[in-house]
Amino acid sequence: MTKRKPLDDNSDWTFKKLEQYQSEIARVAEHYRLDTYINQIEVITAEQMMDAYASVGMPIGYNHWTFGKKFIQTEQTYKRGQMGLAYEIVINSDPCISYLMEENSMAMQALVIAHACYGHNSFFKGNYLFKSWTDASSIIDYLLFAKKYIADCEHKHGIDEVEACLDACHALMNHGVDRYKRPQKISMEEELKRQKERESYLQSQVNMLWRTIPDNDKSHDKAKVSFPSEPQENILYFIEKNAPLLKPWQRELVRIVRKISQYFYPQKQTQVMNEGWACFWHYTILNHLYDEGLVTEKFMLEFLHNHTNVVAQPEYNSPYYSGINPYALGFNMFIDIRRICEHPTEEDKAWFPEIAGSNWLDTLHFAMENFKDESFISQFLSPKLMRDFKLFHLHDDNSNNYIEVGAIHNESGYKKIRMQLSEQYNLSNLEANIQITNADVTGDRSLTLRYIPHQQVNLADSKDEVLKHLYYLWQFDVKLIQEDSHGVDEVIAQCPKAKIQGEKKATV
Amino acid sequence: MANFIDRRLNSKNKSTVNRQRFIRRYKSQIKKSVADAVNKRGVTDVTSGESITITKKDLGEPVFHQGNGGIKDRVHPGNDQFSTGDRIARPPQQQGQGGGPGDASNSGDGSDDFVFSISKDEYLNLLFEDLELPNLEKNQLDKLIDYKTVRAGYCADGVPSNIDIVKSLQGSIARRIAMTADKRRQLKELEAELTQLEQAPHDNVQAKITLNKAIKDIKEQINKVPFIDSFDLRYRNYAKQPVPTSKAVMFCLMDVSGSMDQATKDIAKRFYILLYLFLSRTYKTIDVVYIRHHTQAKEVDEHEFFYSQETGGTIASSALELMINIIADRYNENEWNIYGAQASDGDNWADDSPHCQNLMRNKILPKTRYFSYIEITQRAHQSLWQQYAQLADGDSSFSIEHIKSVEDIYPVFRSLFKKKIEQAA
Repeated sequence: MTKRKPLDDNSDWTFKKLEQYQSEIARVAEHYRLDTYINQIEVITAEQMMDAYASVGMPIGYNHWTFGKKFIQTEQTYKRGQMGLAYEIVINSDPCISYLMEENSMAMQALVIAHACYGHNSFFKGNYLFKSWTDASSIIDYLLFAKKYIADCEHKHGIDEVEACLDACHALMNHGVDRYKRPQKISMEEELKRQKERESYLQSQVNMLWRTIPDNDKSHDKAKVSFPSEPQENILYFIEKNAPLLKPWQRELVRIVRKISQYFYPQKQTQVMNEGWACFWHYTILNHLYDEGLVTEKFMLEFLHNHTNVVAQPEYNSPYYSGINPYALGFNMFIDIRRICEHPTEEDKAWFPEIAGSNWLDTLHFAMENFKDESFISQFLSPKLMRDFKLFHLHDDNSNNYIEVGAIHNESGYKKIRMQLSEQYNLSNLEANIQITNADVTGDRSLTLRYIPHQQVNLADSKDEVLKHLYYLWQFDVKLIQEDSHGVDEVIAQCPKAKIQGEKKATV
Repeated sequence: MANFIDRRLNSKNKSTVNRQRFIRRYKSQIKKSVADAVNKRGVTDVTSGESITITKKDLGEPVFHQGNGGIKDRVHPGNDQFSTGDRIARPPQQQGQGGGPGDASNSGDGSDDFVFSISKDEYLNLLFEDLELPNLEKNQLDKLIDYKTVRAGYCADGVPSNIDIVKSLQGSIARRIAMTADKRRQLKELEAELTQLEQAPHDNVQAKITLNKAIKDIKEQINKVPFIDSFDLRYRNYAKQPVPTSKAVMFCLMDVSGSMDQATKDIAKRFYILLYLFLSRTYKTIDVVYIRHHTQAKEVDEHEFFYSQETGGTIASSALELMINIIADRYNENEWNIYGAQASDGDNWADDSPHCQNLMRNKILPKTRYFSYIEITQRAHQSLWQQYAQLADGDSSFSIEHIKSVEDIYPVFRSLFKKKIEQAA
């Protein structure tokens, strides 16, 4: 490679230098076929970064006390020095907005540009989950619409009313996503166009469902005995469409929370991949620039110092250990895939016949585009990496007074560890599986939900509180049932807590 | 493709609204915390904010999530000793074990409290929400005129310490330019002539000498213009500007006779703190006068007021008389907003009580904005209360309240200053 005159490596950044580095990084990114949305890079201060933190990554957030709480928490821990702020935040939008902190040095800014503006950005644009669940071009508009709508509601109906409704929605936010079917994309124009007609139409539908005038057609009644006909996992959607007494504006709030939840859903499922992909590319791009002679040793030392901090994985007995570091796992997996493609060993050929020796760039792009954490790990975690990480599997059965080592990083354990680690990132195992099984349309209008435990893990005590929120939205009796060890349904929580029978059973 | 945007100058307080929402929502808890904090403060400490503690339990945002128990499978890194099938005793508390994505931070069982700071203004607003100073309309009109010295341009004379160097030197430059303009023009002409002569083919020696001399003369004349002249000097000018101010004086009267024990005094102290804080919201400067009395009254400092023990009987009128004298001496009621608070356990020499009522009615109340009397006692009311009660009936600037124990202080204080809606309207 021809050596070129290195870029200025003075640690103070200027906008001119940012432009220079950015254009070099863009050139290399294109060389590696990274397809991105247009970047909008915003330089912000630490205070603004804390604001961005508080709104959990939404560039425009509606007003709610929970964001105030997050802000105060962030401010406190930051001011006491317990926590450093992230170097960047990147938003899945088109153009892709990235925030750079003003106190970063030049090397850090370059790292962040490569990481966020080309790594994360290309992931947002290429990964199938983001493609099918989010619409990057309309999210800013939608959030703007949501903020304005909620502000209008506060104006019309009072802050307290809106707050109570949002609290209830937030409690059920994790259950506002269609897990089993592909959603419609959210689009601003569509929202605005449909919102008005939806208001009246929805209400009429709900009224139809709940009307009390006796129906002459008796067969019709029978058909309605079980409603919904199939269990519903999207609780917020069910509420939005069917809650009997909600006002139209409340339904719209439910919808907004639901849509935002859906927007964040892919991010939850691709943490390892997304961070790993971004880390891989900032590492690869900056090393490429170094090989070309565009950046100096001084620059690289600072960059590598930060890079190694980010992708460090403390061991299980380290005081710094807090689970597997998604940056470390993801970064090493992508590096490992490249290694398998370029320099496969016999073991790799046996485990990964289809990718060993293939074009590494094609394989990497394929992996990024078509997987989520769970499937990515079960597909690409290699024995070598398991040995490097010294992974071991602990099986903790509450009925035993010991914990058993289920598998370690050896020949007989690889498959099991890979399977278990993959399960560990399976959202449907991590989040409580709760479905609406019955709404008593013709009777007392009570709503029944069923909790299906994963590996006999019970719901945490917060369920009673959540049920209160659900009751607020549904406004008739709400109960949560679970099958006990004898296969009999028991009520584990209900609201209001009138019936003693349920109470007794729950406490047994 | 990338666009850079510098957002650093944008407003940074995007979260202010949300912070206010948070305070709004947890007002009741925050208020409790604020009320507790009052007891820890010194009387005149109003400069600081307050740190607020809310238990985490109250702050929780519940979501459905998996609890403990059942079967948990976890993969950890860094195996250094285990083989398949090893059994390990379960650690007593499983903390920090593998928080997978999504399920951290949901568990609301941390016992840590949520502590954060509020500013002084937020603190006082919460503490005195819905309270107002009675008879304030009148006070607003009485705002005093005070004078403040402000810069008012420059003037040509003054004392040396007020010389403004930059302005003076600017003047000097201007003067020198003006005074030498004519000469410099001549100089330029002569110099041009000289260069012409030098370029000329002839050897005009004599003309050159004359010219050179003329040039030298003019240069000397230019140089003779003084660098600085007393004419250049400019002095900073100051003017007195009237500023409306409001000054308040708060009289703390307390019975320190033998019957007042330290606990009772503590209650009184807390009451005075509240009053001070409350007044400090309206008035920038507040004088506090401490008067303690048994059979005789004495003006003392804060420490002595609260902590020295006296014995003997009680003549409350002595304190009132001293207050009247001090007002006459130092606090002209046209200049000061006068507030008074008297604390006592109710004991008073029976014959003295009518005299107290008399003094209060005729000498004190006409001069004060507001006077409150608090009686801190577990026992029945005595003559002083009865006398004052007659007075309080007819006068809105005088009120009496009864405090039995520490818990009563804040409610009593609130009831004293509760916004009177019909008045406010």
